[in-house]
Amino acid sequence: MSAEKKNLILAFESSCDETSVAVVEDGHIILSNIVATQVNSHKRFGGVVPEVASRHHIEQITSCVQDAMTEANVSYDDLDAVAVTYGPGLVGALLVGVSAAKAIAFAHELPLIPVNHMAGHIFAARYESEISYPSMALLVSGGHTELVYMPEEGQFEIIGETRDDAAGEAYDKVGRVLGMTYPSGKEIDELAHTGKDTFNFPRAMIKDDNYDFSFSGLKSAFINTVHHADQLGETLDRADLATSFQQSVVDVLAEKTLRACHEYDIKQLILAGGVAANKGLRARLEADMEKMDTVEFIKAPIKLCGDNAAMIGAAGYVEFLKGQRAGLDLNADPSLEFDWIA
Amino acid sequence: MNIEVNSVEETQKIAEKLGQLVEPNMILLLDGDLGAGKTTFAKGLAVGLGITRNVKSPTFPIVREYREGRLSLFHMDVYRLEGMGGADLGLDEYFNSDGVSVVEWSEFIQDELPDDSLRITLLKDEDDDNRRVIKLDSYGSQYTRILEQLVKKNG
Repeated sequence: MSAEKKNLILAFESSCDETSVAVVEDGHIILSNIVATQVNSHKRFGGVVPEVASRHHIEQITSCVQDAMTEANVSYDDLDAVAVTYGPGLVGALLVGVSAAKAIAFAHELPLIPVNHMAGHIFAARYESEISYPSMALLVSGGHTELVYMPEEGQFEIIGETRDDAAGEAYDKVGRVLGMTYPSGKEIDELAHTGKDTFNFPRAMIKDDNYDFSFSGLKSAFINTVHHADQLGETLDRADLATSFQQSVVDVLAEKTLRACHEYDIKQLILAGGVAANKGLRARLEADMEKMDTVEFIKAPIKLCGDNAAMIGAAGYVEFLKGQRAGLDLNADPSLEFDWIA
Repeated sequence: MNIEVNSVEETQKIAEKLGQLVEPNMILLLDGDLGAGKTTFAKGLAVGLGITRNVKSPTFPIVREYREGRLSLFHMDVYRLEGMGGADLGLDEYFNSDGVSVVEWSEFIQDELPDDSLRITLLKDEDDDNRRVIKLDSYGSQYTRILEQLVKKNG
């Protein structure tokens, strides 16, 4: 009796600040997931960010591959495919992962699987549960806020997105006004659990008959409120500011997502992306979704909400099974996005 | 040159007119505080270039490309590069690829910018949250010419 063949995928992610390499078994078991983040080493830059330069990825990627292979305790002969994020992201950063993945695929004669970074975020949820279709995903991060409808496996259609700032970006910019270090989403989330919604910031587009979002007006309202108080020599309660801000973000995200869940015939709602780690948002959607017993609510595991290669391995596995392959001429596509629903 | 505006719509109208005038390889530096309306301005500019896609904030990805208009628009935001510059990012490749480059928070990569450009500064009003002064400064004859055309167009 022979053991069932397992599929092992070596996955790469380098679209933005994180250099990450993972080994994933059958698309849902993490054997290793090495993430070299650039955020911590750059906190000295006055609360702003990380090095996104490709040089940093180049310095990290080889040791990430070695660590991922060692920790997974596999050899190149054990691998079945190489998966890589080819967009969206910063072209110089993406190219580091794409080049490394190509080199390994070529050297070890392995199929190369191109993965959309956003599909990766959604498939982080695969480590929580199997995904059944049709399903809906709320994808919230520093660079994205969108509702994605998935009629079947491997198909993604945007039904609505932010018109201006992503939710995560609004968190970071408001955090800067409050003198917090980057990224400030977690700190605002924690503070938001200690205050009251006293400022009643705008809930942009909440009643609009579409699935789009807008967080630029909220950001401006917040900045203006703090600025006017400064002018008058008043100090506003930071906890109340954080609570009011978060309440506005969560109200809009939850209300529009819920409406989408009612209007589309879906089996699951998936919460994914960096902001999916926000406790306020998780709790709110959990409470709301409890009332909808026809739709299962799946949250990406908190430790896989940020950028990482394990999620790319999960999304890559689906493409692998479907026979999706890239040639060695695969290029980075900085503007890659899902299709819009017609 | 200074232009006073009293609403988001007025800002976008000015930007749209500028978008109809800009030429290949032009660089527009877009400065102003958080919430001053830099991305709003870029949206208007995109309309003027004939871009129909929604222009979103480029803060996180640093560059967003829009290639379907009269000219390609490369919308950059180097906010996240404060204190480190953008030397390794290859932004200069965008500057010379026949499109129009818009750079938000350009002060953070000052050393990597070409000498000639149009600097657009959005100044918020201390008392009126909707009011802005749009300050336009040209560096280089081609940008001075564009500004003169904008004045005519703006009546």
